[in-house]
Amino acid sequence: MHDIWALAEQHEGVIKQVSFELLHRGRLLADSLGVRLVSLVIGHSVSSASLDELIARGADEVLVLDDERVSDFVCETFSNILVRLVREHRPHTVIAAATSTGRTLMPHAAIKIGTGLTADCTELRIEEGTGNLLQTRPAIGGNIMATIKTPHHRPQMATVRPKSMLPLPRDASRKGSRVNIELHLEDIDERVKVQGYRRDPSGANPVEEADIVAAGGRGLKKGENFTLIQELADELGAAVGASRDAVDRGWIGYAHQIGLSGKTISPKLYIGAGISGSVQHLAGIKTAENIISINSDPHAPIHQIADLSIVGDLFTVIPIVIRKLRQKNREVR
Amino acid sequence: MHIIVPIKQVPETSNVKMDPVSGTMLRTGVETVVNPLDLYALESAFRLKEQHGGVGTITVITMGPPQAVKVLKEALAMGCDQAYLISDKAFAGSDTWATSYVLSRAIMELGAYDLIIAGERATDGDTGQVGPGIAAWLDIPAVTYAAAIESTDAGFVSCSRMVEEGYQQVAVQLPAVITVVKEIGAVRLPTLRGKIRSRSAEIPLIDAGKLSAHKPLWGLSKSPTRVVKIEQTTVKREGKTVVVDEHTPAEAAADSFMEFLAEKHIILGDRHA
Ligand SMILES: Cc1cc2nc3c(=O)[nH]c(=O)nc-3n(C[C@H](O)[C@H](O)[C@H](O)COP(=O)(O)OP(=O)(O)OC[C@H]3O[C@@H](n4cnc5c(N)ncnc54)[C@H](O)[C@@H]3O)c2cc1C
Ligand SMILES: Nc1ncnc2c1ncn2[C@@H]1O[C@H](COP(=O)(O)O)[C@@H](O)[C@H]1O
Repeated sequence: MHDIWALAEQHEGVIKQVSFELLHRGRLLADSLGVRLVSLVIGHSVSSASLDELIARGADEVLVLDDERVSDFVCETFSNILVRLVREHRPHTVIAAATSTGRTLMPHAAIKIGTGLTADCTELRIEEGTGNLLQTRPAIGGNIMATIKTPHHRPQMATVRPKSMLPLPRDASRKGSRVNIELHLEDIDERVKVQGYRRDPSGANPVEEADIVAAGGRGLKKGENFTLIQELADELGAAVGASRDAVDRGWIGYAHQIGLSGKTISPKLYIGAGISGSVQHLAGIKTAENIISINSDPHAPIHQIADLSIVGDLFTVIPIVIRKLRQKNREVR
Repeated sequence: MHIIVPIKQVPETSNVKMDPVSGTMLRTGVETVVNPLDLYALESAFRLKEQHGGVGTITVITMGPPQAVKVLKEALAMGCDQAYLISDKAFAGSDTWATSYVLSRAIMELGAYDLIIAGERATDGDTGQVGPGIAAWLDIPAVTYAAAIESTDAGFVSCSRMVEEGYQQVAVQLPAVITVVKEIGAVRLPTLRGKIRSRSAEIPLIDAGKLSAHKPLWGLSKSPTRVVKIEQTTVKREGKTVVVDEHTPAEAAADSFMEFLAEKHIILGDRHA
């Protein structure tokens, strides 16, 4: 069939936003090849409306494996299913979001299938003439962009960085089909058992999936002052990020760390307050669309890459910003 | 308990050079260190061994050029029991598919093991693909992004995986591959005794000859992916600056902030949607 496949992710029956972003990527690839875009959903109790949403957002076909035994992600079981379906349907390309799930499942499945995989791409294109997927990704702390291809193996596989593209606007008039897939007993790997979930105590909004990230660093001076960043984030509808220094001091959990040894993010807006902008921190925000820095040191490196640099005391500037945002939010409502 | 920790040597700085022709990294002249995220893999191995009353063996392995012996010495100084260097000209240019294959075959040569603990990802290549790749080649379970590992009943460990929703609690049957994140705990420093011991430690070499029982699926020629272009990134930013001082009050800076949001059409998130 040589279609483009995009893996959709769900949690507790709800399709994740990243899956719609991914469909936009897939749509562009499918259109440039003149093939179909297939969305693969593995999960349990995904509503019919969400499955229709996948079509409204770009899919031509939705392959659904709905079974209680695959409600939670288990690498081996999901990989068995993906590998089986890929062998059966022979897609041209398989893409997944570079989430904890995509970055676990895809390398596992790529080995089993015997094909290459490129991680965390920010750009995907089809090479004219060959149909090769040109996979572009930042590497070495965002200092270079590498373009990678998989010339002799099929399917071509890539994970795509969340937030590196907006979803397509919803088009309810789009037509598409839905195909149900059976779970095979031999798909299930009994060696891993999911026992449950625990929420992140410092907020469940993951930085890598947020449109806006408000981050704090050592300039906050103590852990309690993170509430200032939290309040700013709340008014903006943003996720809270941090420098390694702030994480190492125990002010906030590692899930919030941005940079070379933390998360790499591509939000529409990144705000860094009390963060100097070390090369390691900047490695994580190079692909942010807009950057605002708030730092009292005019020579702090973060000011050099910011679109708006505020040279000032974060403890005086941020409360005023929060006040103005509150006012604005009240007007909107 | 036998734990194997694969570690990678990476360039010290995040400003390394690339060969524009081959698209591979120029490693000469750059100081190398243990991939910072692999220190957490080592740390979790030490902690598990301690939980087992110090009984067990921790084996550290690396695939790389002969100089990579340096990172093995460092791991020995921190407390690993033995180290192997996996090195051969034939392995050069391996992508993550081929690298995880070579590592998996080398691991098969090391005898029985209970756990393989890898880093979340290497800070140079930044793929995080090698850990799950090793698991796939060895047909053992892969548990990624572990923030905590605990031995439970014999033959099982329970892990808390750092995922987008928070933490996913899983129990996994051994042997398994676990990749860990920083939350696993603070990393220990090499000890003086360890340093002395590591200096004289013998580090056996695993080369292509030692893997002759396996198919030679390694090196650039067997790697499915090819780097075809490398570009230096240039960050173009307009860079407006507002300095809060005696002439410009913080109020004006906050106004610039608000104007910026409006100019860039930044819509405040779902809190008010
Ligand atoms: C291998 C390696 C990996 C690393 N990985 C990461 C990573 O992933 N992420 C990361 O962030 N770091 C990372 N680092 C650490 C990095 O080098 C820096 O040490 C760290 O980013 C500094 O954090 P910071 O900006 O919060 O602190 P600092 O550099 O101390 O900066 C604090 C800033 O706050 C400003 N400030 C102080 N008071 C105020 C005030 N009242 N108002 C406004 N501004 C104020 C100061 O001017 C200063 O610029 C890594 C380092 C290494 C070696
Ligand atoms: N050449 C290598 N030798 C040993 N271990 C490696 C090597 N490359 C990667 N690893 C391991 O796999 C993890 C993920 O690396 P990567 O997939 O390259 O981001 C690292 O943190 C190491 O634990």
